Amino acid sequence: MTRYDDLLSSVGRTPLVGLPRLSPAPNVRLWAKLEDRNPTGSVKDRAALAMIEAAEKEGRLKPGDTILEPTSGNTGISLAMVAKLKGYRLICVMPENVSAERTQLLRMWGAEIITSQAAGGSNEAVRRAKEISAQNPDWVMLYQYGNPANALAHYNGTGPELLADLPEITHFVAGLGTTGTLMGAGRYLREHKPDVEIVAAEPRYGELVYGLRNLDEGFIPELYDETVLTSRFSVGPRDAVAKMRMLLEQEGIFAGVSTGAILHAAMGIAAKCVKAGTAADIAFIVCDGGWKYLSTGAYEGTLDEAEDQLDGQLWA
Amino acid sequence: MAIQVSLPTILRPLAKDLRRVDTEGETLAQAIDFLEASFPGLKDRLVEDGALRRYVNIYINDEDVRFLGGLDSELSDGDRIDVLPAVAGGQ
Repeated sequence: MTRYDDLLSSVGRTPLVGLPRLSPAPNVRLWAKLEDRNPTGSVKDRAALAMIEAAEKEGRLKPGDTILEPTSGNTGISLAMVAKLKGYRLICVMPENVSAERTQLLRMWGAEIITSQAAGGSNEAVRRAKEISAQNPDWVMLYQYGNPANALAHYNGTGPELLADLPEITHFVAGLGTTGTLMGAGRYLREHKPDVEIVAAEPRYGELVYGLRNLDEGFIPELYDETVLTSRFSVGPRDAVAKMRMLLEQEGIFAGVSTGAILHAAMGIAAKCVKAGTAADIAFIVCDGGWKYLSTGAYEGTLDEAEDQLDGQLWA
Repeated sequence: MAIQVSLPTILRPLAKDLRRVDTEGETLAQAIDFLEASFPGLKDRLVEDGALRRYVNIYINDEDVRFLGGLDSELSDGDRIDVLPAVAGGQ
């Protein structure tokens, strides 16, 4: 179906496209789920819509209410779109070092922004948001890191879509942020295909982001359940940018840097399967397009230059 | 056997302010014990009650050791170990 009553009804049901040029063998295939085809251009539209509708059903959210959320970008943009159409005010708490495009987009969609210190990254944004929430008890914090509706959006949407389009799926690879995509789609796929491997690709940031982290005050999203995953890879900016560029050069897909990190993990698995002589159908998430990251320097110059530019930025 | 370990800023004061240190061992546990001999106190920041501390992530060649065998994860010559604090990702 390609006709919808309104924009919100068009969230999800994204295309799954094969990557014949990047797939390493006829029986080891890579498949990209194009989540950038969602209304605001990212996978986060699914979680934003699901979290707001769940809060409405529970009676936590009434027309005219204010929503507060720690977000470094995409979730904020998605929430802003849904909030605009449903009549809520949105305040985002985000690290001051996210890309300029993201801040501008949020304002365009009508969100208000409170910045948190760059050092400390999203941890600090989460801490600040919890503090502000305590001072404003009538504001509703949906809290993507612990909201079951975030994972449920993928259990009910992304997971079933993947299995319907690719019944032969052997691996699912996605980014590990709030963990909603992996937990939700991962659980659904595991329930219906017990042998499927669920693989997390986690961004490895520069020194600045980890710099001041105390090992006793780390952060693990409440949604995270290690038992859903088969393996978890840490991917640095150099590998992420290299694969992001490869995806555009060879398959014509213009994606953001976090997708490059996911593709890096997916291609690593594909190479192992070729070596082991096993067939594989590896589906991975294209989280968003590259538009919002043009100012980061990831798309121009040498890999060394891109790596330097991304140092200290929250690129995924 | 040369295995390189990169340490986060927060742990470097325990390792003479070095960003990278070399270690030896056939398992991660042995590699950590080897480091402890040169840098006393480091092990306690990584391991608690015989398991990895909750907010410490260790990767061997970019793969999280919790999915490889934890402290019993096997090491080979040339492996790269990264130690990182758990941080919030996501957007």
